[in-house]
Amino acid sequence: MFELIGVPPQALFAQLLLGLINGAFYSLLSLGLAVIFGLMNVINFAHGAQYMMGAFCAWMLLNYLGVPYWGALVLSPLVIGLFGILLERVLISRLYDVDHLYGLLLTFGLALIIEGLFRKQYGSSGLPYANPIPGGANLGFMFLPWYRAWVVAFSLFVCLGTWFVVEKTQLGSYLRAATERPELVQAFGINVPRMITLTYGFGVGLAALGGVLAAPIYSVNPVMGANLIIVVFAVVVIGGMGSIMGSIVTGFGLGVIEGFTKVFYPEASNTVIFVIMAVVLMVRPQGLYGTPR
Amino acid sequence: MVEAQLAVRDLHGWYGESHVLHGMSFDVYAGEVVTLLGRNGAGKTSTMRAVMGMLPKRQGSVHFEGKELIRLKSDRIARQGLAYCPEERGIFASLNVRENLVLPPKVKDGGLSIEQIYVLFPNLKERGNSQGTKLSGGEQQMLAIARILRTGAKLLLLDEPTEGLAPVIVQQIGNTIRKLREQGFTILLVEQNFRFAGTVADRHYVVEHGKVVDMIPNSAIERNGEKLKSYLGV
Repeated sequence: MFELIGVPPQALFAQLLLGLINGAFYSLLSLGLAVIFGLMNVINFAHGAQYMMGAFCAWMLLNYLGVPYWGALVLSPLVIGLFGILLERVLISRLYDVDHLYGLLLTFGLALIIEGLFRKQYGSSGLPYANPIPGGANLGFMFLPWYRAWVVAFSLFVCLGTWFVVEKTQLGSYLRAATERPELVQAFGINVPRMITLTYGFGVGLAALGGVLAAPIYSVNPVMGANLIIVVFAVVVIGGMGSIMGSIVTGFGLGVIEGFTKVFYPEASNTVIFVIMAVVLMVRPQGLYGTPR
Repeated sequence: MVEAQLAVRDLHGWYGESHVLHGMSFDVYAGEVVTLLGRNGAGKTSTMRAVMGMLPKRQGSVHFEGKELIRLKSDRIARQGLAYCPEERGIFASLNVRENLVLPPKVKDGGLSIEQIYVLFPNLKERGNSQGTKLSGGEQQMLAIARILRTGAKLLLLDEPTEGLAPVIVQQIGNTIRKLREQGFTILLVEQNFRFAGTVADRHYVVEHGKVVDMIPNSAIERNGEKLKSYLGV
């Protein structure tokens, strides 16, 4: 077998796959954050907790109600999305008239409370969730587990589907217009407050979907979201706050860069994303795909 | 006696603490073109925003086709058949021309079709894929008017459609307003330019300090030229 700069190709492709998997979660989560921030100007710090709730919801559906993975893939985002809608109606919507910093503080507090409650109930060691599609294919240069291939393909599909809806449909044009001038869009006869509520529910549902996809790969754990969300915020900053395509491309791109860093210079693999964030902030503060505000 | 399509009575409005409308009262009858004339800051735009429910705090009465609108939210008001074209035109930068054109949802039957709109505004057809804000000022104004014609709204609120435009474009807008009147639209127009207003409107309300201080039928506009000049400070 050939070697690339002293690295066996198996290691390279294994890290590429791992990078794509991580990238899939970065994209799904940063996409939800981008949609929410774009329309509501709320930095949803509870996003990691909502991702974790998605995974737990799948685990509970399986262990308490016997609902298998494929059912949870639909049900969990719906349940957690509805929970998001409730949060928006009862709490977040009260803060639209004040600085967005308050929205950030509120959602940060909610994240801590939610994670604390789950830790108290389920401990922090993590609960197993069986892989629904075991096995894989030997591609010659690497082994490809079916489930991981599914996660990458399905996330990409959901991300591009969201991009299509926002950028190419009438519903998406309402969203984009309301991002610019909500009061005018409302004066055309569109119920903007309801659209905001549903958008928040959708963003939260995306986070929960990420959680369900993650459950069989990582163990289901109350802090799984807290660990991920910091990187996801870096992805959002690099991609550009509120940009849909920016979230998708930087999510997958940074996952892969992080994976390759593990091969070539493992010491930097945990910091490479933050180094990139710092460079992007210096050179292009609005982010790669952002427009200056 | 015919009932007014839009009857505004003792309308008060506030932006935060500042009281900007001090009891506006006026009527607009179906099929009329009526202007609100007045200086900058007299409360003309605020009146339109109050009618549309876009002013955060308002009081008094706004009757449209017999229905009270004062307590409704702006999306419900639009659904009664009123449509607003803001002074800054409100063309969305993240939407192309066509998306801007079809953005306002249909609220009633009987709006213009896209083809009829393209007959009125042929430029918009060619520029369909351009970003909305890449159009010239005149084209953006045409687009801002065009997009509310599709919705089926019977009463159009046009806020200074001629502002900052070249005389030839102002003339086109005048022609458009006259055509819309022939097609049965009712139009409430905010203007500072009473010469332009005189070429399109049936009646003029003069607004000062958030109140209607005078009503001048268009037939009397020449006779009242001096008075209007003093009202408008020109």
